[in-house]
Amino acid sequence: MEMVNRPYAGAFEAHAMQHPEVLCLSADLTSSCEIDGFRDRHPDRFLSLGMAEQNMLSFAGGLGLAGFRPFLHSFGVFLYRRPYDQLMASVAYPRRRVRLMGFLPGVTTPGGMTHQAIEDISVMRTIPNMTVLETGDATEVESIVAEADTVDGPVYCRILRGSVPRLFDTPLQIGRMRVLAEGGDVLVVTAGITTEEAIRARGALARAGVSVRHLHLNTLKPFDAAQIVDHAASVRHGVITLENHLVTGGIGSMVAEALAEAGLARRLIRLGLQDTYAHGGSRPYLMRHYGMDALSLVRAVERLTGQKTGIDEGALDAVRIEAVHSAAKAEAL
Amino acid sequence: MRNEKSTEEVARGIRARVFEHTIRNNGGYLSQACSAAEQLAFLYNEGLNLGPSTMPAVPPPFSGVPSADNLDYVTGAGYNGPFDAVHDRLFIAPAHYALVAYACLIEVGRMAPEGLAMFNKDGSSVEMIGAEHSPGMEVHNGTLGIGLSTAAGLAFGRRRLGHTGRVCVFMSDGEVQEGQTWEAVQAAAHHGIDNLWAIMDVNRQQCDGAMEDVMTVGDIATKFRDFGATVAECDAHDLAAMRAAAATPHPGRPLIVLAHSRPTQGMDSLMSRFPRLHYVRFKSEDERLRMNLEIAAELGIAPVELEAR
Repeated sequence: MEMVNRPYAGAFEAHAMQHPEVLCLSADLTSSCEIDGFRDRHPDRFLSLGMAEQNMLSFAGGLGLAGFRPFLHSFGVFLYRRPYDQLMASVAYPRRRVRLMGFLPGVTTPGGMTHQAIEDISVMRTIPNMTVLETGDATEVESIVAEADTVDGPVYCRILRGSVPRLFDTPLQIGRMRVLAEGGDVLVVTAGITTEEAIRARGALARAGVSVRHLHLNTLKPFDAAQIVDHAASVRHGVITLENHLVTGGIGSMVAEALAEAGLARRLIRLGLQDTYAHGGSRPYLMRHYGMDALSLVRAVERLTGQKTGIDEGALDAVRIEAVHSAAKAEAL
Repeated sequence: MRNEKSTEEVARGIRARVFEHTIRNNGGYLSQACSAAEQLAFLYNEGLNLGPSTMPAVPPPFSGVPSADNLDYVTGAGYNGPFDAVHDRLFIAPAHYALVAYACLIEVGRMAPEGLAMFNKDGSSVEMIGAEHSPGMEVHNGTLGIGLSTAAGLAFGRRRLGHTGRVCVFMSDGEVQEGQTWEAVQAAAHHGIDNLWAIMDVNRQQCDGAMEDVMTVGDIATKFRDFGATVAECDAHDLAAMRAAAATPHPGRPLIVLAHSRPTQGMDSLMSRFPRLHYVRFKSEDERLRMNLEIAAELGIAPVELEAR
């Protein structure tokens, strides 16, 4: 699998250079959000706002009022938990064109509870005027910058960083989910890093005779409920959602709401964090521990179909192991 | 745009209108008119460079919140004049001062007196806690402490755009209890945002009562200086002193004018309620009638004519 190093860094710089109204804001996580090179090369377009997110959110609202489109860079969790009131009053309500670039979504950080945005989708999608996007591969990271900047209003983006696999060869387009497989037994809905897990499981499931229909979401709000319902109606056994997030309020809830509102009765298994916090650890460990990995998906398929597949970890494609501590970022933060 | 009235007359008019409204409605932010009348009168009548209002004198009804489906949405900023490169912008950070701000808009000819009759009426844009769409308002500041940050961002953006107009925030001293106020000052100082200034109504009162009882804040002038602001202080009821304070040079830094006020200025009868001054609602019909006579006499106006109950 092709791995792309720091896809955000180049994509943001290229976009910002073409759009003088774009400003780069950071809250003391500049290299962690891959904008250190931008800071060094374009200091007049870079605004350090320090460890003060409440001010940063309202300040960005003021920049938006002046006609700028600030890109805010921090870990996703720091963009909404502490400064939620500022997000509401200064950014979301007045529909400022503020781009919230949330790095290290869900369990992609070993930083534990304080660093893990596990309810960000749930929070963000309930906010009127907000658009919510999530990247699942390097191509989506590269294309989300320009795509998010087309939105006439605020946007929250879950961004992958560092060494990111390339799964797709077409850019992220808001509102366009990707149909990755068109099987007839089970519908699997994924987003972000769980798409790669589902791709790992799909090969083994196919060999075991299970035909999977697989949707990859990159636009979580607005949510295309009608298309989800159409896909759900076309499978025999039911639906599984797999998300790097709490199952409440996230993709599992969105799919459940879509099915219920359409009056479509399908069994639904929601994989992800089950009303629990996570803790610090490597991504593969956390995905296994909290039932968010490829094998967890296989077991959910078995529950849905009522048939054992015989698949074990060895049957799955090799797990991509990443060193938590790398030379590039000793802390992994 | 300069008004025909003197700033002193505008301040007297603000107190009279808020007094009349409070008596008629048996409640209102009356103490805020006492403490802030000169500050708002100064800002609108001489301190700020504002163009003529772009909005109808009688405020239009509430026309929906901002959304992708409501593209005709406008804020109440047009009452403060056009949004252009040369004029100043004003945020009323303590949004519960709205009643006082509306009274000021009437006194300086930017809103018709009928506007105040719409105050806090269902379906009206003249809301009790000033909203973005309320006359004279431009952003939501109802959660105290966010106004200065927003103004700092606007001022930074305006500087990049080459605007000559400045950004002013009318603040309340209770806001210094919020951490965000200090985040805003340090950011404005760090980035040298000197097209930003604020005038703060230092009345030492907050919702629960006197600030020294609710949460001691210490020497806020020193604190603001330590966070990087230029600070000027004045008696909030001495317009000459206010003019001098607002004219303080502040190159490379934001200016904070601390206007030390009295929460019963012009209406000493209110002292009988001290320290419960945040929202004046009369405890009895007797108190209401007594206050009507006493305060009217202090203000040198006729008592409010009340319909028989």
